[in-house]
Amino acid sequence: MTLVLRGVAKDYGTTRVLEGIDLSMEPGEFVCVVGASGSGKSTLLSLVAGLIPASAGSISLAGAPVTGPGPERGLVFQSGALFPFLTVAENVAFGLRLLPISRADRERRVRWYLGEVGLSSLAGALPRQLSGGQRQRVAIARALACEPAVLLLDEPFGALDVQTKEDMQLFLRQVWRDTGTTVLMVTHDVEEAVLLAQRVLVFACGPGRVAAEVPIDLPAYRALTVKRTSSFLGLRATVEDLVRSHMLTPEREKV
Amino acid sequence: METTPGDDRLRPGRVQFALLATRKVEALMSARTVEPAAPPDEGRRDWEPLPRRSDRPGQLRRRPPGSGASAGKDRSGGGGPSVLARWGLRAASVLVPLTLWAAVSMAGLVDPTFLPSPLAVLEAFAEMLGSGQLLDDTLASLGRVGTGFGLAVLISVPLGVAMGTSAVALALLEPAVGLLRYMPAAAFIPLLIIWLGLGEPSKIAILVLGVVFFNTLMVADAVRRVPGELGQAAATLGARRGEILRKVTWPYALPAVVDAARINAAAAWNFVVVAELIAAESGLGYRIVRAQRFLQTDKIFAVLVVIGIVGLLIDVALRLLRDRLGRWVA
Repeated sequence: MTLVLRGVAKDYGTTRVLEGIDLSMEPGEFVCVVGASGSGKSTLLSLVAGLIPASAGSISLAGAPVTGPGPERGLVFQSGALFPFLTVAENVAFGLRLLPISRADRERRVRWYLGEVGLSSLAGALPRQLSGGQRQRVAIARALACEPAVLLLDEPFGALDVQTKEDMQLFLRQVWRDTGTTVLMVTHDVEEAVLLAQRVLVFACGPGRVAAEVPIDLPAYRALTVKRTSSFLGLRATVEDLVRSHMLTPEREKV
Repeated sequence: METTPGDDRLRPGRVQFALLATRKVEALMSARTVEPAAPPDEGRRDWEPLPRRSDRPGQLRRRPPGSGASAGKDRSGGGGPSVLARWGLRAASVLVPLTLWAAVSMAGLVDPTFLPSPLAVLEAFAEMLGSGQLLDDTLASLGRVGTGFGLAVLISVPLGVAMGTSAVALALLEPAVGLLRYMPAAAFIPLLIIWLGLGEPSKIAILVLGVVFFNTLMVADAVRRVPGELGQAAATLGARRGEILRKVTWPYALPAVVDAARINAAAAWNFVVVAELIAAESGLGYRIVRAQRFLQTDKIFAVLVVIGIVGLLIDVALRLLRDRLGRWVA
């Protein structure tokens, strides 16, 4: 199912935070959006998720317009937003419980997703007992269990330490391969975007808009060591320069 | 430029090349070198250094233990009084006033009508217990407070949930509830007697009035504190508004709602004396009023102690319930 945004804009009162967003995603694509803080990246995700209405333009998935939130557009929040009063397994089963499927079917699916994210042994744990990385895995499993056409991630690894982050990045690509879901991820980490995506969209501020698009010509299968290749470094430099040139405040030159 | 996985291995010769390549790329980026030159003058602070305080900062402040869901667990982390010391302090808080009281009474410093001796109180207690009067009174009062408080919960919880989730309900109810909350329930007694007579209904109505508005506001608060993100997450998983309320908002708010009930149950229990001023014929509050008429202060004391203990037991029971329901709270 294709995700199509045409001329999407968003106003908060008299301030236009997003303008003229045109975006089209093919099924199975992995696209990252980068940009400085305040460029409206998170607003974009909220619009696609259907949590807020667009002020102008149209958003459609497989031809059907987006009018509200739904499981076909799964969203992973920066904070995870796990239900603290439910166990890990119950969290993952949440969306499934709303559907008319048998208990056995539901439990089988939950078990598969827990295995996929490597948390089978923690199925009965409560969110407060988990680390940040584990919580994000549960959040991803929970969204994926509803078999979304598009998986939206809002800076999911922002709060993690470097090692966990690298782990999670590889894990996300693996999950993307295994499920074939279309992924749209927002991040402020340029290196992460170049490592994970097939295309990187650079957002500019005031008002937020797509300033540039960088196709990522890296191998289909990437290990962490790809970060040391010259092609990676070149792409990263390109994207970083694009991000910096579209920031709101000029940077200090020498410190 | 496509590279095969084999190219990425870093052999010694390639390290040099990689370093060169990296430096070249960096040079291509806007020059950002770290120079050992002096920093620019703007930005230097031109005032006197801050004074320092004489006492040592950074002393570990000990959090008072025993609040919230951590009640009972040793949360002092080694920084506060030991568990034994704390029990000693608790015992002292009861025994010291008791001993003082006994001493004052035995020394005959006060008229026994004003301050009966602990022994006299104990005797009055034993007498009421033996005659079965104490049990009857306690059950009567518990029944009234139970009914009144139960009714108040049935009214306040739905209203509170509505106020906490719907802006319309909030705008509609908040002014009325806010105003009524400040009207003392005791002042309603004459009205209630006129409306409902002198029987049980008026007593229960007083208990309800004394608690329902406060509880509504506290429940609304508890519901409002549910993080909005959770509702959004549920929506993106396919939940409809009613499902979000039942499966997310309510379970999250439940421990706080039970806590509000705990606080208001105590208030309702305290209120039993006021309620039983309305021509009661049984109950602990009634017993106090009667004893007052005959200046039987020893009886008054005894009943007060019973009221206090029963109140404490109610509090402990609800605390346990809240802890059980709130095991997931971080």
